[in-house]
Amino acid sequence: MSGSVVDNTVSSGNSSAAIPTDISGQILDLDEDDDLEVFSKDTTLTDGSSFNASMQTSPASMINQYKFEEDADTKDIFVTVDNPESHVTAIETYITYRVMTKTTRSEFDSSEFEVRRRYQDFLWLKGRLEEAHPTLIVHPLPEKFVVKGMVERFNEDFIETRRRALHRFLNKIAEHPIFSSSEDFKIFLTAASGELTSHKKQGPGFLSRMGDTVKAVAAAVRGVRNRPQEFTEMQEYVEAFSQKISSLDKVTQRIVREQKEYLEELKECGPTYALWSQSEEELAEPLKNVAGCVDRCCKETEEQVKNLSDQLIPVLHEYVLCADTLKAVLRRRDNIQADFEAKTEALATKKADRDTMRDDLDKAEDRLEWANNALKSDWTRWQKVMRTDLRSAFVDTAERNVSYYEKCLAVWESFLHSQRTDAEGNGKVDFS
Amino acid sequence: MADSGSEYIAVIGNTDLTPSESENNLKNTMVEKGTSLLKKMEISVAEAEKRTGKNAVNMQETYTVYLIETRPVDAASEGTNPVPDSLWRRYSEFEQLRNYLLVTYPFLVVPPLPEKRAEFVWHKLSADNMDPDFVERRRVGLENFLLRVASHPDLSTDKIFYSFLTEENGWKETVFETGFQAKADSRLKALNATFRVKNPDKRFAEMKHYGDELQSVISQLLRVRARAADRLYGVYKVHGNYGRVFSEWSAIEKEMGDGLQSAGHHMDAYAASVDDILEEEEHYADQLKEYLFYADALRAVCRKHELTQYELEMAAQDLTSKKQQREELATGTIRTFSLKGMTSKLFGQETPEQREAKLKMLETQIEEGEELVKERNGECEEFVKSAWVDIERFKEQKDHDLREALISYAIMQISMCKKGIQVWNNAKECFSKM
Repeated sequence: MSGSVVDNTVSSGNSSAAIPTDISGQILDLDEDDDLEVFSKDTTLTDGSSFNASMQTSPASMINQYKFEEDADTKDIFVTVDNPESHVTAIETYITYRVMTKTTRSEFDSSEFEVRRRYQDFLWLKGRLEEAHPTLIVHPLPEKFVVKGMVERFNEDFIETRRRALHRFLNKIAEHPIFSSSEDFKIFLTAASGELTSHKKQGPGFLSRMGDTVKAVAAAVRGVRNRPQEFTEMQEYVEAFSQKISSLDKVTQRIVREQKEYLEELKECGPTYALWSQSEEELAEPLKNVAGCVDRCCKETEEQVKNLSDQLIPVLHEYVLCADTLKAVLRRRDNIQADFEAKTEALATKKADRDTMRDDLDKAEDRLEWANNALKSDWTRWQKVMRTDLRSAFVDTAERNVSYYEKCLAVWESFLHSQRTDAEGNGKVDFS
Repeated sequence: MADSGSEYIAVIGNTDLTPSESENNLKNTMVEKGTSLLKKMEISVAEAEKRTGKNAVNMQETYTVYLIETRPVDAASEGTNPVPDSLWRRYSEFEQLRNYLLVTYPFLVVPPLPEKRAEFVWHKLSADNMDPDFVERRRVGLENFLLRVASHPDLSTDKIFYSFLTEENGWKETVFETGFQAKADSRLKALNATFRVKNPDKRFAEMKHYGDELQSVISQLLRVRARAADRLYGVYKVHGNYGRVFSEWSAIEKEMGDGLQSAGHHMDAYAASVDDILEEEEHYADQLKEYLFYADALRAVCRKHELTQYELEMAAQDLTSKKQQREELATGTIRTFSLKGMTSKLFGQETPEQREAKLKMLETQIEEGEELVKERNGECEEFVKSAWVDIERFKEQKDHDLREALISYAIMQISMCKKGIQVWNNAKECFSKM
């Protein structure tokens, strides 16, 4: 896949390591991160140095490079995340996951790779991708802790849920036309732990990050003046989408809660019928039978609840996080525009340094155009992916519910059948 | 009931049966048509109405009356449809009728009335006696009661019962004149007998124990069921929120809009379907409740047996002691302590005339005592015989009815599953169009 044009510059390490505030809440966890990264308020990252000589192509032509046919058949890279393992050191305990890659791509030295990565590493990768592509949409990572449930970090269910989310995350990256060719992504998938650590340290220095921070804050304060209509529409959509998907997440969690409470009560029914059967003679058999049926339905209900928790809720949750990502992306785009507008104004009013300022302005203009086009393409792409993901999640859920009812139906029908053959055998009641 | 010759009909007040209802006989358990009264007349409790009036202490009260309709069987089968005879009765009159039957036929397991107050309710149902759903279920229960009595081989021939169905005015006086209230055993008397009886028939003791167990387990089942119904209600209703959110979400989407919108409708349908489901389950609960109360009637018969047996034992004991006294008096040996004996020792022997008189009195008493024992023995045997016949009849009826109830419960569950399958298949189709 082409599109590597942009990535070469990124991996040269010129861009700042600024990461926007909105996700800083998720990743600013001093427990897990050894190196304290400074998260600046905002990102006007890729300063002009990203656009160096190697990139002579105009923004317009770059759009075409983003539009890739999404052919599942031509998928040439497969990534899996599995096998969580716990590691204990003097300072901390943490989990690593096995990341396996199979690929036919030429830029990879081999066709199969197996490495171990921890959550921090995923965070790093996400950060790098966002830095390099501020207006592209990076799929969210699972959150650090589930605050509500106060789930312990090393709880089995939590680890499994996280593993699945990490798996989805890497696959989304692999499926993305731009991200999948990222050098950082390649290193993430292939480097041995030591190599990765040293590569990570190659970020820009502390001071340069601070410089960008100041610029970024300034830009944010200024605000954007002439936001194009399409981006305003995007923002409105994102606001509404964010609300809806959050509601769906909450509704689904509520359903799970109610189902669990129903299950608790239902669990007492079977034993009561069984108890009753002990006092009876003729009725003992049908009562025991009913007890068995109720118990079986309980098992099915239990499984249905588990499925809902394991399949639908994580997907909805990811899209809640996606909505936040989208908001951040739109904000970053706004800031790039604000920067451009500021520089335009500056050129108009100031008299000195006009040449450097014009230079800066041109670069800012390029940056803006590039950001806008990147966002537009990726937006279309994201919408398709979102649609596919949510559609299949709901179709799945509906299928599972059908299957649940079918299983319960079979249970009760077998009871009826047993009573029929019983009755007809004893010459009792005619069921016709 | 093993007699495969008799017809089984489910007589239900509301004759508009849906196919599934007539198939399931959800509203009533089966009632045997074979006995004489039901061969002659159809009985139903057709309606319920609110009335206001002044009660015994001259205060305004609101109460419900139920319309009892009777119609000769022949007329209906001939195709002509004459207006049925009808009269209105309150619940308290039904109670009076039942109390009369209990006292008059203590050896029979008398069918129970529907509950006085709503119990084992889950939250949506009101525990208010004036609530229309409660009144409706009570109407059905009262009809069931009448049909049960009318189909009982012995109870159906009772004249007071017949006039309850046919004589609007003066029934209260008629039943009062039977003096049944006076014949009722006091609770204290019954309790005393239960503790003191020495040799009750083992079968009755077992039946009583069974009655206890049945009552306990059905109560538990009803409680658990009510709580589960409550929870199930919650699960279904929350899905209604999906409907709302899908609808709102569809407004901001282009391609996904239609699929979401129609899926939302199905979620609303799913949420609404729980009302019917739980209403059907109430009928199942009512069937269980009937047998919960039947357990009480069964225990009443066993207690009556204990009482008659105790009275027999008392009479026998009395007779034995009198015989012993006679023996002592005749032989002059005092084996048992008696005040007379002590006083005669202290104050001198009686004269031969006095002794003669005493002996004579004892003889009379012994004769009477023997008569009494014979009588009581006869009563006891009679009671045991008739009661056991009815208990056996009851056992068969119970086994049959409860089995039917379990089957109708299974049918309900199946219907609920089928609805679920349909809704989620529809939803799935809509989702796949997203």
